[in-house]
Amino acid sequence: MTAIPRVRSRRRFDATPYLFIGPAVALIALVYGYPIVRIVIDSFLAPTASGGKTVSTANYSNVVADPVFWKSAGNNLFLLIGVPIMTALALLVAAVLFERIRGWRVYRTLVFTPYILAVPVIGATFVYLYGFNGIVNTLLRDTGLGGLAQDWLGSPSLVVPSILSVIVYREFGFGVMLFLARMASVNVELYEAAMLDGAGWWARFRYITIPQLRSVIGFFVVIELITMLSWVFAYVYSMTGGGPGFASSVLEIYIWKNAFAYRAVGIASAVAVLLLLATSVFVIIQLFVRKGDADTGEE
Amino acid sequence: MSLLRRLAASVARHALMLSIAIAAIYPVYYMLVTSLKTKSAWTADQFGLPFKPTLDNYAAVFADGRIPVWLLNSVLVTSASVILATVVATFAAYAIARIPFTGATFLLRLMIALMVIPPAVLILPLFLGFQPLGLVNTYQGVILIYAGMIVPISVYMLVSFFRTLPVELFDAARIDGASTLRILFSIVVPLSAPGFVTLIVVNALWVWNELLIALVFLQDDNQRTLMAGLTQFKGHFSVNEPLVMAATFLSALPMLLLFLMGQRYFVRGLVAGAVK
Repeated sequence: MTAIPRVRSRRRFDATPYLFIGPAVALIALVYGYPIVRIVIDSFLAPTASGGKTVSTANYSNVVADPVFWKSAGNNLFLLIGVPIMTALALLVAAVLFERIRGWRVYRTLVFTPYILAVPVIGATFVYLYGFNGIVNTLLRDTGLGGLAQDWLGSPSLVVPSILSVIVYREFGFGVMLFLARMASVNVELYEAAMLDGAGWWARFRYITIPQLRSVIGFFVVIELITMLSWVFAYVYSMTGGGPGFASSVLEIYIWKNAFAYRAVGIASAVAVLLLLATSVFVIIQLFVRKGDADTGEE
Repeated sequence: MSLLRRLAASVARHALMLSIAIAAIYPVYYMLVTSLKTKSAWTADQFGLPFKPTLDNYAAVFADGRIPVWLLNSVLVTSASVILATVVATFAAYAIARIPFTGATFLLRLMIALMVIPPAVLILPLFLGFQPLGLVNTYQGVILIYAGMIVPISVYMLVSFFRTLPVELFDAARIDGASTLRILFSIVVPLSAPGFVTLIVVNALWVWNELLIALVFLQDDNQRTLMAGLTQFKGHFSVNEPLVMAATFLSALPMLLLFLMGQRYFVRGLVAGAVK
């Protein structure tokens, strides 16, 4: 009974790959593994009157009963509107740049610049640009539309759309870059044949460019949906901190405040679990998108 | 007629691109011109070119002294975490790409899944776990977190780079008696140099720009990273807009210069990290 595995191990077992992956696995266990296990445990531990802790779902029911949680989650959902907007805009700009119009390299550099700037840098600048005497209001006043001038980041009803515009502003250049790179590998003959058949710009865009770019568009959309749900902390923190009041709070701000300002470990952990679950839906989609890419041998 | 239409189409294209390009670069222009104005000149005219440019705001930023310290902190934290992650990921990626073993496919899938888990989910348990170890408010603590967070994308990108190398190369080296380590360092790493450059660019950009972890794990004023420090600086001096814009512009400058010098690498890196 023992002879077979021994022979096998002598012939086949090689420790090298396991030694090689060891450090990476250890780092991942520390930074991802331990925290994920711990938020799940902590989310089911509620403080008792005697100062101890008990296993219960109280944290989840408290979260669900908190209007600030719903406000924050609602804001994340609202931000999703930006994804189709920036995708369409990025596709259009990439298509125009791909025609190699005069100065396209300069345009490309300029369009991509916001994505290189750090979010806190952009946030600090837009606080002034969106201020009461900022460029937006000044342009409105100069064109006789002074009545539309607003306190863009100070008004509870406008603050989330204003933040959304800044996110779109920064992230869309990334889409342009992705799409442009993929367009370079589309077979030129497709366009030449279409032009011989008399297809106009829009027809070529709609029936060649978009279908050819399907997988990279899908990838960009998934990445940006994940961004809107769970990677917008820096935008919100650097422009409003979640205010005025809780008007621009998002789930990350909600977790951060509960964790470090209110010291509510159970609440913060419960929301972290919920955010992780929401992100996981997209993680699964992401795995399929990437797998599809690998299967078709696309780069 | 056709000529006229083509002209109109060309005008439309340039109008679109010009307006988008101006909007894209406007905040940089605004930072720069504001930082060259005195507070009173800024109040009188926020948007025009500075009538009498002044470097007083930059002098004040350097007199305050924190921005240069934060800049060095960012350089330290970014380079240490990127180096650590790159080394660790090189071994893991080589094993996954070139040595068949149980769990290789699972590990690669795991990396892809982990790439999108946001820091907000991880910070509280990391903080609570680091506290008794004395790792909060230390560079080591934050470097470990950053390195760990960029390991998944590093492994993923390196696996795809390593897989593009021809198999014959490995077979030939092995027949010549080269050890696995020898193959890794004399063949795989040198041949993947462009891949390493793009990977380092993506990771450095991410760590340099990260805010949430930096705010939570480095809270002493003299330990802050540039981005976390900038948000504090802005809070202290919010009534002096030109001063804040000088600090902001200085904070943006290193990456902006690197981008203009090595645009190719940024583009290639960000696209490869995403599409590969």
